[in-house]
Amino acid sequence: MSNRWSLLPASTPRAAFGMIVRNEARLGRRKPVALFAGAVVPTFLLVLFGSLRPTNIPVKALGGLTDFTVYVPIFLAMVVAALALFGLPVALASYRQQGILRRLSITPVPPAWVLAAQFVLNLCFAAIELVLLLAVAMAGFGVAAPKSPGGLVLALAAAIAALFSIGLWISAIARTEQAAGLLALAYFFPMLFFAGLFFPRAEMPKPLLDASNFTPLGAAVQAIQSALLNGFPPSVPLLVMAAYAVIFGALAVRFFRWE
Amino acid sequence: MNARTGTDGPAIEVRHLRKSYGDMTAVDDVSFSVAEGEIFGLIGPNGAGKTTTIECALGLRTPDSGSIRVLGLNPGADVDKEQLHLIVGAQLQASALPALLRVGEILGLYRSFYRRPADADELVGVLGLAGKRRSFYKNLSGGQKQRLSLALALIGRPKIAMLDEMTTGLDPQARRDTWGLIERVRDRGVTIVLVTHYMDEAERLCDRVALIDRGAVVAIGSPAGLVERAGGGQRVRFVPSGPFDNRLLTGLPEVKDVERHGGHVVVSGSGELVSAVILALAAAGLTARGVQVESATLDDAFVLLTGRHLHGEGTVLRP
Repeated sequence: MSNRWSLLPASTPRAAFGMIVRNEARLGRRKPVALFAGAVVPTFLLVLFGSLRPTNIPVKALGGLTDFTVYVPIFLAMVVAALALFGLPVALASYRQQGILRRLSITPVPPAWVLAAQFVLNLCFAAIELVLLLAVAMAGFGVAAPKSPGGLVLALAAAIAALFSIGLWISAIARTEQAAGLLALAYFFPMLFFAGLFFPRAEMPKPLLDASNFTPLGAAVQAIQSALLNGFPPSVPLLVMAAYAVIFGALAVRFFRWE
Repeated sequence: MNARTGTDGPAIEVRHLRKSYGDMTAVDDVSFSVAEGEIFGLIGPNGAGKTTTIECALGLRTPDSGSIRVLGLNPGADVDKEQLHLIVGAQLQASALPALLRVGEILGLYRSFYRRPADADELVGVLGLAGKRRSFYKNLSGGQKQRLSLALALIGRPKIAMLDEMTTGLDPQARRDTWGLIERVRDRGVTIVLVTHYMDEAERLCDRVALIDRGAVVAIGSPAGLVERAGGGQRVRFVPSGPFDNRLLTGLPEVKDVERHGGHVVVSGSGELVSAVILALAAAGLTARGVQVESATLDDAFVLLTGRHLHGEGTVLRP
């Protein structure tokens, strides 16, 4: 990152950060691409699947799970991926393209505050939407309470770290808003495929499942599903997500440009 | 006042600034200094290097060589940037604001960046944006965007305001209102650097100007002083009541040249040119009808000092 001056300038009012978050929220609401992909679509799909497929008949091919229980972790992972890929990167790329960050860089506010605000905002959206989605699944479709709530929080936190790092990487390499949107799409659907949205991980052939375990969303679904149904998630998917967070985070920091 | 040392000195000092982009030299040895409380103009055709100079002074670009001090601060040094951005407000050309924020929201946002911001209502009133507070940025006209950008440059009560083409895209009335605002801001002790290619704006507002052409300073001085230095000329145009020999006028000390365009006679010179010409004609029993007097302007000074037309062939006019 080229701007190495203080990220917390002494004389800049801290309230400015709150104002930036407020205005980013307004912008997110007025152009709700990320909110739509990250909140409306997963909720809609969850309700649709819950209404169309049996929620209480165990399926042998799914290892005795119901169709519906298999999809809950996938939708949770989808929320995180949509907000991380369509929220932060597209906004930042457009701000950079239009010179909004450039204008900001001559005020007492470091442009990094906008990035932080975007992060906080999308994190809040994700938290609200994840809780809502789980509540709908439990109250509406009889999904059992998570076996390991702490493990679920950890699995989701790891997924958030991995996916937001990839989002940051996209905003680092995309020169325009359009490029960021296209890159986000190019990451989103293959990741959802490996997460098992199009056919469940339990039905994947062994090589595909192995590959899936090492994709960010495949690992996320593995960890989330385990926390929901079995208990504290195994360490491999958590470590896979941590590795994505570290690698893409470092690449993003290395290549990010404010202008 | 020097922000770092607390001593008096020039508000801005630029010495031997050089900046190129690849093969293209944008700024090639620019030096000038701006006194505190002054309105200083950087004028010249587009592509002359004015904007690059301002961007270096704001710390947006790093000069290849030379030095810049803004109230004693070095805009290129990261340690000075925090202080610099507190005391310098700027209007940039290549910048925008979020399309889907309202004018009032943008003003509120930028006010929150400063501990002692200016009164947004007053700025908005003076700039004629009071009725636009609820409008989205994307729905503003070019002139309104320009005025909002000017408001944001001033909202932090800066000690120095650097304004790049602040009246481009404004209608004549809005331009005059903006000039009035700039004069009031200066009256509060703010040092102002204006980048413009409008010579009338520079003549009206600037205490001193630097004429910049092809990346170099051609001349520095007050607008009147530069016009004077360029010959300070005047032109008198009239239709004589009868024929006369040019030598009647070319012999006068005030007269430099006499030209005829159809029935019109155009006499250029200096000093008390008009009365000298009228008296000489009267002595020959002639009168002058339709007399028009044109004084030389900064435009003329620019042409004389650089041999090039400011807005003519070979210079690209920005919209």
